[in-house]
Amino acid sequence: MTTTAPARPPSAPGGGTGTGRRTAVPVRFWSGRVSFRLHRRTALVSAAALLLCAALLLASLCVGAYPVPLPAVADALFYGTGDRLAVHFVNQERLPQALLAILVGAALGVSGAIFQSISRNALASPDVIGFNSGAATGAILVLVTVGSAASTVAAGAIAGGLLTALVVSALASRGGLHGIRLVLIGLGVTAMLGSVNSYLLTRSDLNDAQNAHVWLVGTLAGRGWSSVNTMALALLVLLPLALLLGRRLRMLELGDELASGLGLEVNRARLALTVLGIGLCGVAVASAGPIPFVALAAPQVAVMVSRSPGVSVAASAAMGAVLLSAAHLASGQFFAALAALDAQIGWIDVVSESRRNNLLPVGVTTGVLGGVYLAWVLFRRRGTGSA
Amino acid sequence: MTPATGTPAATGTPGPARPPGPGTAAATAPVRTALRGGGLLVLAGVLLLLVVLSTWIGAKDTGIGQVWSALWTDDGSYTTDVVRELRLPRTLVGLMTGAALGVAGAVMQAVTRNPLADPGLLGVNAGASVAVVFGIGVIQLTGFLSLVWLSFAGAAVTTVLVYLLGASGRAGPTPVRLALAGAAVSASLSGVIAGLTVFDSATYEYLRFWMVGSLAGRDAGLAAQLLPFTLAGLLLALLLARPLNALALGDDLGRALGTRTARTRLAAVVTVTVLCGAATAAAGPIGFVGLVIPLVARWLTGPDLRWVLPYSMLLAPALVLLADVIGRVAVPGDELEVGAVTAVIGAPVFIAMVCRRKEASL
Repeated sequence: MTTTAPARPPSAPGGGTGTGRRTAVPVRFWSGRVSFRLHRRTALVSAAALLLCAALLLASLCVGAYPVPLPAVADALFYGTGDRLAVHFVNQERLPQALLAILVGAALGVSGAIFQSISRNALASPDVIGFNSGAATGAILVLVTVGSAASTVAAGAIAGGLLTALVVSALASRGGLHGIRLVLIGLGVTAMLGSVNSYLLTRSDLNDAQNAHVWLVGTLAGRGWSSVNTMALALLVLLPLALLLGRRLRMLELGDELASGLGLEVNRARLALTVLGIGLCGVAVASAGPIPFVALAAPQVAVMVSRSPGVSVAASAAMGAVLLSAAHLASGQFFAALAALDAQIGWIDVVSESRRNNLLPVGVTTGVLGGVYLAWVLFRRRGTGSA
Repeated sequence: MTPATGTPAATGTPGPARPPGPGTAAATAPVRTALRGGGLLVLAGVLLLLVVLSTWIGAKDTGIGQVWSALWTDDGSYTTDVVRELRLPRTLVGLMTGAALGVAGAVMQAVTRNPLADPGLLGVNAGASVAVVFGIGVIQLTGFLSLVWLSFAGAAVTTVLVYLLGASGRAGPTPVRLALAGAAVSASLSGVIAGLTVFDSATYEYLRFWMVGSLAGRDAGLAAQLLPFTLAGLLLALLLARPLNALALGDDLGRALGTRTARTRLAAVVTVTVLCGAATAAAGPIGFVGLVIPLVARWLTGPDLRWVLPYSMLLAPALVLLADVIGRVAVPGDELEVGAVTAVIGAPVFIAMVCRRKEASL
């Protein structure tokens, strides 16, 4: 994304919405040694989002090309009994993929919140420092030279993404890790890698290129328990760190001067958060490919729904999980619907070709939904003059 | 990223040229004009040299004398065919797409007051790509020229959609709304493209080559059809230089100077659509040129569009032709697409320029 957009306006501290009621309450543990402020509505929204996630998870266990009714799902989950096909689908495909959708969505949501806060730009994402294009280069290289095993592709993506992010930050680091220079250098490096990527895609075998294409769109198809385990482990480390650093995120949103006035070591905080954001985005991309738009939308939806004064790491994570779970469910449903349509009128010949892999890549759904969402926001705010 | 607040100082967009000191005005203005004009002449010379190189160099070894005679007399030899049927049309298409992209980028950056705006931001690339995917995958179109027209139509329809969405606000098409509308429409169209191609190998096979951006195989017929659009677009852009200069001062000041803001923006959007749409339809979405060349042109000339536009018009085709020539000779036995080369040779220069300039002057 190369556009600039207005930074989210810094709002009044304390989360006061002018209603007179306290919207944020302090929470203390261990006689005040650990304390944080809990924005009431944000907590409510996060809890509601988690419930919604659970509902979406259940739904995605039931529906699909091979529908399994809820009681049979319970049997398959807890006792492993019933229809053998149902047991396989529920335990080995739908459950890990639905869990992965939640985990990846949460990681993307938090990384989006981090990058939007430290760049103070609502349209910023890890793309700004070329992470995704580097990850794509790494993944394509691995796909066309080594093979399409998920773990090797993930390793290639992580290596490529990290290397690119490192080079861009190093080139831009004169005068602090921010500002127009970082964006311009990221732009140049992204353009270069884009050329390299399309060169690699055109010079490789069509099969490899098609595999790479599906990976580049972002998909959960074919992911199993090993991906879930890796992702869960990574989040177990990274998410608490992000929650701990959440308060610095809010201070950075106020601008460098105000933040350092509040006693924050701005450059150090920004560096730590950048590393964390890259890590979160990295594990997400490694397990599901560069899924578009969740990182951009989740923090903003969270802020809009919870009317909180700034980004909240927890709410962004919950919202990211909801968004990706919903997109995942819609992807599965879309294909079932298309198959039904195809059976009736023999429309486009896409369904038969994709039998091997009967899940529309979730990146397609998030891209379309994301664009429509952005257009809707734009249309809804048409009265305000600015964006 | 700096928020696009609309003040030229904050966004680094073309503002008025810095007023020279009172006593020096008379002395320096002609000197500066002469310098800029001289630079323009040098660039024209470089471009001419690249045109010569582009008709001379290629897989078939030809002497420069043979090329010269082939241009004027058709002796029916193989060399004449290569020069007349392949290299000359290809060079012309390269010249036109390059100039179109460079100028479209400069106009786009001026009208959005955003130095990071890309001519594809209005949805041209996404619209053209969707049309190509639709033409190949759904209605099974085969002719190259019909695909060119279809993608031109797709680009135009998408831009209209983006413009309507961006202009739906009470304040009309503000720069930020235009940019966001373009991003929104492009994002959903990219999703549609991905949905149509992930399981359709035949369409993807075409798309992956089209997406790179290439001049190979573009013939005289295409060059002739491209010409009126490019000329009209370039002319329109040059006519817009003054009003856009005024708009760079901000909407209010621009209006006070007698510019009709809404009409100027609409004209600018039409210009970008015609130029970028025709170029993308003919050669595929060549990235980087339209984004970076206007930035470099502005660094060379200062913010006055009456200079930025001609500089972009010469610099951009020079980069495209250079990339095309390098692509022909870089890897023996293989021809690199122009789109795969432009960024690789252009980006290091651009990054070096970014690193050397002071933060404030970016």
